[in-house]
Amino acid sequence: MSQRLRFSLQLGFTLLVCLFMIVPIAMSVMAGLTENYFQGLQSGLTLRWVSEVWALYSDTIWLSIKLAMACLVITTLIGVPAAYGLLRSRHRIAHAIEELLLLPVAVPGLATALALLLVYGSYREFRASWLFILIGHVLFTLPFMVRAVHSVMHTARLPLLEEAASSLGASPWQRFFGVVVPNCASGILAGALMVVTLSIGEFNITWMLHTPLTKTLPVGLADSYASMRLEVGSAYTLVFLLMIVPLLVMIQWAGKLTGPRR
Amino acid sequence: MSQSSSITLTQCSRTFAGGHVALKPLDLHVEAGETLVLLGPSGCGKTTTLRIISGLERPDPGGRVHFGERDVTALPIEKRDVGMVFQNYALFPNMNVADNITYGLRIQKLSRAEIDRRLAEVLEMVDLKGYAERSIAALSGGQKQRVALARAIAVRPRVLLFDEPLAALDAKLRDRLRLEIGALLRELGITAVYVTHDQDEAMALGDRIAVMQAGRIAQLGTPREIYHQPANAFVADFIGAVNRLEVQTQAADGTFCVPGGTLRAPHLAKAATLYCRPEDIQVVPIEKAQLKGRIIESVFLGQAQQLAVDTGNDTTLSVRVSSRREWPAGSEIGLMIPEQALFQPTAPGARAHG
Ligand SMILES: Nc1ncnc2c1ncn2[C@@H]1O[C@H](COP(=O)(O)OP(=O)(O)O)[C@@H](O)[C@H]1O
Ligand SMILES: [Mg+2]
Repeated sequence: MSQRLRFSLQLGFTLLVCLFMIVPIAMSVMAGLTENYFQGLQSGLTLRWVSEVWALYSDTIWLSIKLAMACLVITTLIGVPAAYGLLRSRHRIAHAIEELLLLPVAVPGLATALALLLVYGSYREFRASWLFILIGHVLFTLPFMVRAVHSVMHTARLPLLEEAASSLGASPWQRFFGVVVPNCASGILAGALMVVTLSIGEFNITWMLHTPLTKTLPVGLADSYASMRLEVGSAYTLVFLLMIVPLLVMIQWAGKLTGPRR
Repeated sequence: MSQSSSITLTQCSRTFAGGHVALKPLDLHVEAGETLVLLGPSGCGKTTTLRIISGLERPDPGGRVHFGERDVTALPIEKRDVGMVFQNYALFPNMNVADNITYGLRIQKLSRAEIDRRLAEVLEMVDLKGYAERSIAALSGGQKQRVALARAIAVRPRVLLFDEPLAALDAKLRDRLRLEIGALLRELGITAVYVTHDQDEAMALGDRIAVMQAGRIAQLGTPREIYHQPANAFVADFIGAVNRLEVQTQAADGTFCVPGGTLRAPHLAKAATLYCRPEDIQVVPIEKAQLKGRIIESVFLGQAQQLAVDTGNDTTLSVRVSSRREWPAGSEIGLMIPEQALFQPTAPGARAHG
């Protein structure tokens, strides 16, 4: 009896929390699809706001995608060898770096952005280009890539596999591409999804670094909330969700692949 | 098979970071085509020795490794032409059986036809025909180790190295695979170094055995020599069970007084302790006995009966007798030890632990 009661209470609580989180999102999505938010649903459903968002802000969406892809390429090219280096190194410094990998998560994005502005702010051309924001995104997302790959490398017993490969005549390069990379593919995938998601959603650093010509999706979103009708901002949210939710689902799925396996 | 080569280690020591000496300067020669077993308790330096031979580990400065006449000390493992079989299989989980086995052949850029031919050949050798397309995860431990073996011999190495390949398998499987590996090594006639802590494995596979103790070789010899003429107490203890009999007095004619009776061993020098193996002690009627004692423990093992006999010696004597008869604890027993079954270590040494 008390078991049933406890179950009901837990279920109720869980549902309540879900509602608490989902309702605002649902409201926002609805707002983006209704003719007039203040009159409510009876004013009718429309895609007008979505197309307006597209007309006004499509370049922010393209920039965000471009940034995320460039960020992905760079973090993969740097992150996978870096994780591998950390794994191989028995040096004390390697452990220190592993700890440092948490730092960008802990340091506020604003501080990272300020530091970047201090160092590179005076190079006008660079300051005005999207590459400047790219640097910020790489700094922010690289640790996630390294950590994801590193942890899979750990569980994959790579050193042993590499010893086996080397006994079969494989050179360090052949081992890296033939054994290391395929056996941490799930980690690279998980890291990649994480990097893309974080890059697309990144606001703090980007807001500090952007110029009127280099606005990303979240910056545009803030902009629209500040200066447009509520319906436009909400429709923008909808677009954002459509981009980010599939990525989040894929992260979940990749997480299962990376889980313990035998 | 490509030409097997002999292996020579000269003054190879290994000191790890922190000053831990895993291996004291060691000289070792393995003849071409010979199987040498490195045997010893955990931590005695077997793996380190094997890894120095393979090239995965470098000896401290001054140590040299030769394959045949060739100095390979500076060569990394991928240039040494060795095949290795590891305790944990170390198969590539992202490849199936065939791709694992042919990995080294693809590295060598052999022709497709040659690769297929060799694959079929080694699959046959390790009795895994029909398993080529299996994924590694779908194999049992024994099958995995056979794939690892096939992968190592497919590249036709000059030297085959094994690091406790059977330690992860259960007893039955271990025995069978041991026989198979033994047969394969004889068939291939390849130089092999085989690391194990299991004396049965060592006896069955080794042309010679190097018993290691705390970073050095305690004795190097044929299985027969190691068992019957152990160089020191450590070796005697580590290889099989051994009884120690304290000598009370010793006459010039080779008669030794020990607790419970007298023994004859004119071939032995002055000694404080005599050694003998449990299976060499014979049970005789009390009136003809050299030693008398009382059975204090009697364990039925199936293939034999293990008795612990108290003769007043420091430790009880362990005796192996036929299990057909009953040997109740508490009864008196008469024992006889043939002269040639008594021995003393040829060199003084520490006691074995464990
Ligand atoms: N990479 C290493 N770093 C430090 N000490 C090691 C390393 N490898 C082995 N050792 C030490 O060297 C000794 C011999 O090790 P090993 O050769 O693996 O022994 P075995 O294979 O006989 O069990 C052990 O005391 C072990 O702890
Ligand atoms: Mg070992």
